[in-house]
Amino acid sequence: MQAKARLYPKEAARLLKEKPGVREAVTGATLHFERNRLRAYGEVPIGEWRERAKAVKDHVLSHLDRYLEEAERRLWENGVQVHWAEGPEEAHRVLLEIVRRRGVRRAVKAKSMLTEELGVNPLLESLGVEVLETDLGEYLIQLLGEPPSHIVGPAIHLSLEEIRRLFHGRFGTPLEASPEELAGVARRVLREAFLTADLGISGANFLVAETGTIALMENEGNIRLSTSLPKVHVAFVGIEKLLPRLQDLALFLPLTARAATGQRLSTYVSLIQGPAKAGEEGPEEVHVVLVDGGRTALLADPEAWETLRCLRCGACLNACPVYRQTGGHPYGYVYSGPIGAVLDPGLLSLEEAYPLPYASTLCGACYEACPVKIPIPRLLLTWRHRAVAEGLSPAWEGAAMRAFRKVMESPRLYRLFSRALRGLPLPQDLLPLLRAWTEGRGPVKPSPRPFHELWRELEGEGGR
Amino acid sequence: MRVALFITCLADQFYAEAGVAAVRLLRALGVEVDFPRGQTCCGQPAFNAGHWGEARPLAGRTLQIFQEAEHVVLPSGSCASMVKNHYPELFPGSKEVLSLAERTYELSQFLVRVLGVERLGEGLKGKRVAYHHGCHALRELGVREEPLLLLRNAGAELLPWEAAEECCGFGGLFSVKLPEVSLAMADRKLATLPEAEVLTSTDAGCLLHLSGRMARKGVNLRVAPLATLLWEAYAGQG
Repeated sequence: MQAKARLYPKEAARLLKEKPGVREAVTGATLHFERNRLRAYGEVPIGEWRERAKAVKDHVLSHLDRYLEEAERRLWENGVQVHWAEGPEEAHRVLLEIVRRRGVRRAVKAKSMLTEELGVNPLLESLGVEVLETDLGEYLIQLLGEPPSHIVGPAIHLSLEEIRRLFHGRFGTPLEASPEELAGVARRVLREAFLTADLGISGANFLVAETGTIALMENEGNIRLSTSLPKVHVAFVGIEKLLPRLQDLALFLPLTARAATGQRLSTYVSLIQGPAKAGEEGPEEVHVVLVDGGRTALLADPEAWETLRCLRCGACLNACPVYRQTGGHPYGYVYSGPIGAVLDPGLLSLEEAYPLPYASTLCGACYEACPVKIPIPRLLLTWRHRAVAEGLSPAWEGAAMRAFRKVMESPRLYRLFSRALRGLPLPQDLLPLLRAWTEGRGPVKPSPRPFHELWRELEGEGGR
Repeated sequence: MRVALFITCLADQFYAEAGVAAVRLLRALGVEVDFPRGQTCCGQPAFNAGHWGEARPLAGRTLQIFQEAEHVVLPSGSCASMVKNHYPELFPGSKEVLSLAERTYELSQFLVRVLGVERLGEGLKGKRVAYHHGCHALRELGVREEPLLLLRNAGAELLPWEAAEECCGFGGLFSVKLPEVSLAMADRKLATLPEAEVLTSTDAGCLLHLSGRMARKGVNLRVAPLATLLWEAYAGQG
């Protein structure tokens, strides 16, 4: 996917101005998810669960080479064909070969953020293959030609009204159609696609090294259909998705469901153990493409590797008051919200993702929500520190910070500044920083006298 | 017991009365209060924006100024957290920094946890109060119950507020780097604000931001730092 992260501040401002409905839709939906998460966390010893999950992921990440080899071996033993892709080109080559060899005309796709990273849809379209997104939210935004705006709820930014208008224009459904009617229309279209597609594409929530099991979580049943009906199934798996043992799923499946939507478990869990055997129904070919996509480099980064614990549950997005104002599109890349702000610099480069670590007030709500305790606020600070060290921050900011330091380093200058703040009419319209503040908040009004002057009188009051 | 007051630059300039209230309250509770000379800013704005080269000297100054203090008390959760949680990141391995961090408290935290005071007086009887949890006080310092306890025990009616624990959108430099998002966040807080007589919080930055936004929107509501209300609780003013 083409990253437009550098436009974040402008795009966020534009969206707030031009599409205020997004703010309403996203705030409503994320607050709903957030309330569900809190309730679901409250039902279990969540502190202990998070610690254990963190420990398992840290272990697997620190022995990733070993677990990847084990997973590859098991996958081959299960009859799965394993491919390695450093980035989009290699991943594309795998698909290209399958499309040519099997004469693929139609593909159905289960929701997967990694395939967004890899640009799977544009590739298939360029090969003349029709691709249908089968997650209802993904299907909606595919019809609109938009990228997902949330890791779990890709169409979270749309209102029911917008979906009604979309379906009215596309399928002639009445403008007052109920959500059930709309889902029914999508279901008919997608059913037909499931039955006629030559290729099914998915991601993976987890890949178990011990057994070579691909685990997929969902609520609609479309992932199961996408991965079981077509003759060929290709799963794209980020190399950080590994779990050591099958029994780890007993922790990670319910933890992820609780974090993502507040469910105890997702409605469907598919555990894929290879192609259909003789006498079974299911795909003839199963492929797993293990994708690096910058992850090895991030793993080697001593200050930022913890980002790779991410389960893609979206809990941090739901908890983030910044994300709620605009949804995911202004972030300009696959991963938005707090996790995007720390993952995107790692996957893209800090230069390309520069403004994203500043898309937070460091309020810490994301860290509280994260099921694997990724220290997102600390990582935001790390990326900001690096951005300044690499000279990516604007000149005005550096100048302002130097001036600020000079004043605060010298009590004499500080007292002068204090007097100026009260004695002089502040050029509030001229100083850009001050103007940015006062435009939305009214003029800056200091106390009549600063505390350090009042202290002299307080000293006189003595003990009481 | 002796306490060194760290007023913090924002409270010094914009909420001086919070400092006066803190001093009077601490003295009334039998604590001697020092105000070490030469104190300015803890360096948080520069640190949070990634300018650690500018933040370090300011943190170093603060460290020197408060090195001898028995306890350091601030009427600000985020500056207290800067000293407690982030100074050790700026000076890894420094024993002096860790020792200062251990002796540093936000005011309500100090009252409840160190002095063991839970009741100040009944000066807030019947007053309808909306309490905004500053994020750093709440999530970095773990100050959630202390202010509520003190206000409630002083007779205040603490109003339920859907967004009480949500960030107000100030975020230091965030408010000027992403002004539209910052204001939208303030508006979300204010849209859910209950019908209160006074809005309070530990942090001057949050209050400056929210009261400024209220001024622009024509909302008329008293905004007072927590320290001011706690003194009113004790002294019975209102």
